Amino acid sequence: MSMKKKHLQWLITIIVLILLLGASILLSLSIGEIPIKLTDMLSILHSKTGMEYSVLANIRFPRILLAIAVGGTLSMTGAVLQGIYRNPLVEPYTLGISGGAALGVSICIVMQLHVLGGAYLLPLSGFIGALITIFVVYFLSMGKGTFSVNKMLLMGVMISFIASSAMMFLMSISKAEEVHSIIFWIMGSLDESNNSLINLMLYSSIAGFVITYLFAHQLNTLRLGEQKARHLGLNSGLTIRILFIVLSLLTGLCVSVAGIIGFVGLIIPHLIKQIAGSDYRILLPSSFLGGSIFIMLCDTVARTVISPNELPIGVITGIIGGFMFIVVLKIKKTS
Amino acid sequence: MLDYVSLQNVSCGYSSGFHLKDISFAVPQGKITGIVGPNGSGKSTLFKGICGDLQLDSGIITLQGQNITHLSLKQKAVRMAIVSQFVDNCDMTVQEYVLLGRMPYRKHFQLFESEADIAISEKFMQLTNVSAFKDKTVHTLSGGEQQLVSIARALTQQPQLLLLDEPTAYLDISHQVQILNLIQKLSHDLQLTVLLIIHDLNLASEFCDNLVMMNNGTIHITGNPEEVLTYKNIEEVYKTEVLTQQNPISKKPAVFLVSNKYWKTQNSIV
Repeated sequence: MSMKKKHLQWLITIIVLILLLGASILLSLSIGEIPIKLTDMLSILHSKTGMEYSVLANIRFPRILLAIAVGGTLSMTGAVLQGIYRNPLVEPYTLGISGGAALGVSICIVMQLHVLGGAYLLPLSGFIGALITIFVVYFLSMGKGTFSVNKMLLMGVMISFIASSAMMFLMSISKAEEVHSIIFWIMGSLDESNNSLINLMLYSSIAGFVITYLFAHQLNTLRLGEQKARHLGLNSGLTIRILFIVLSLLTGLCVSVAGIIGFVGLIIPHLIKQIAGSDYRILLPSSFLGGSIFIMLCDTVARTVISPNELPIGVITGIIGGFMFIVVLKIKKTS
Repeated sequence: MLDYVSLQNVSCGYSSGFHLKDISFAVPQGKITGIVGPNGSGKSTLFKGICGDLQLDSGIITLQGQNITHLSLKQKAVRMAIVSQFVDNCDMTVQEYVLLGRMPYRKHFQLFESEADIAISEKFMQLTNVSAFKDKTVHTLSGGEQQLVSIARALTQQPQLLLLDEPTAYLDISHQVQILNLIQKLSHDLQLTVLLIIHDLNLASEFCDNLVMMNNGTIHITGNPEEVLTYKNIEEVYKTEVLTQQNPISKKPAVFLVSNKYWKTQNSIV
C-alpha cells in the first residue's frame, strides 16, 4: 500500500468518525424522558424559551459535552498507556489513579466535608486523591535515574490495591447511607450540574489531546520498547514521564468529574486498532472520537432504559463494551 | 587503516555480579568484526556497553575519535544502528517498522514522512529482499524474514556502524548464510563497519575479517580468524577439544566437533 493511499484511508476514517459523532449527538439530544423530534429541534433552539429548550440546552447538551471530553480522554489515555507498557490489558485506571480518587471521595463523604463545605468538595477531594497517587507512583517508580515501565506498572497496581483496601476499610466503619453514596459515586455518571466543571473538563481534554498528539511519532517508536526507542535516538524516559503526568492528571480529572467509568479505556483503543491500524498518528484522534461516541451512546442508554430513573453508566459500558469486544474478536478470528 | 570504534580500558557491568574488566580493542572501518566466546563470557555485556544500555564504570569508547558519552541519543542513532537478537514482536507492518529507522532524522512537528524518507526505506527494503511483504505485519513473518526486516530498519538509519547481537541465532543454515552474505555485501558496498556477536565459530571464521575472543569478562585474544581460531585458544576458552583444519575453498580455519567416543579410540586424531 502506498503512503498516499494510507493517508487517504486515515482521512476517511476521521471523516466517518466525525459523522458518527454528529449522528450520536443528534440521537442523544432527541432521545430521553421528553422525546424531541429532530425536525423540531432547530425551531426549539431558535425560540430560546420553553421547557424543551431548557431540556436541550441545560440538561442534554452539557451531558454531551462531558461525554465527549470524558470518553475521548479515557479512550485516548488507554491507547497511549497500552503502547507505552506494551500490554493490551492496561487501561487508564491501572496505575491506581481511580483508586486514589475513589479514596479521596470516600474520605470526603465519610467526614461529611461536602455537606459542610459545599458539593464542589466531592470532585475536589477526588482530584486531590488522584494527585497524591500520581506523585506516589511517579516517585516510587521514576524518582531516581533508573526507570522501568514494568516497575511502574507494578507500583501502580500495588497503589491501586492499597487505595481500594483503605476505601473498603472506610466503608466498613461508616453508615449505610454513606456507603450508598460512595458506591453511587464510584459507579460513575455524567450527570454533572456544575457548568464550569464541564468546561474545565472539556478544555483540559482538548489540551491533553494536542499535547499527546505532539508525541505521536515518539509513541510509534516506543511500541518497540523503551530501550529500542532509545537506540533510535528517542529519550524514552523523558517522553514516558511527560505523557504519564499529562495523562494521569487528565484521568484524575475524569474520575473526579464523572466517577469511575470502566472499560472505555480498555476496549475502544482495541476496537479502533482493528479499524484504523495502530499508527498513533491515526490511533490517537480515532480513539478520542471513538471513546466520545461510545460514552455518549452508553449514556443515552443509561438515562433512558429505566427512565425516569438512571442506570449507572459504568454498567452499560461494561455490558455493551464487553459484548462488542467479544464479537469483534470472534469476527476477526474467523475472517 | 582507520578504526571506527575504539575501546580503551573499558570496564562495565551490573551492580550485583558480572563485570567486564579493562577491555581494549578497535573495530576497523569498513570491516566485519565478530565477538566470540562461551556463554557468560561477557559478549552481551560488552555489546550493551557499546550500545549505551549499560553505563561504563571506567574507560572510554570512541566513535571516529569522538567520545561516545559526549554524543546525544540522536547523534548516536545516526552513527550506529543496532539489530538485537529478538525482533520486536510488534503489530506494525514491515514498512511502518522500517520507516522507524528515519526517526533520528525527523524534525519537530513533522507529521508525515518525507518523500526522501520513503525512498530511503524502499531502497533498503529492496536491498534486504523484504519489499515483497512490506504490507505484512512484522510478527507474522518467519524468524529469518524478521531478521532481514530488522536489518532493513537498521540500514534505513543510514549508519556508519552496524551492531548485531547474534544475527543468525535460531535460523536454519540457508538463512544463516543468506544473512551473513548480505552483511558482508553491505559492509563492502556501503563501507559499513560491522560489529557482531556470533556463536558459531565456523560462520565467524568464514564471514568475519577480525575476531575478538572473550573469556571471563576479559579479552582472550584478538586478530584475524587464523590467529584466533586455533586449537589452543578454543581449548583454553571453551574447555573443549576440537579439531581445526582449513576450509579447502576459503582457506579459513574450520572447527570440527568430535564426539568423546572418537577421542577415546582415536587419539591420533589430535
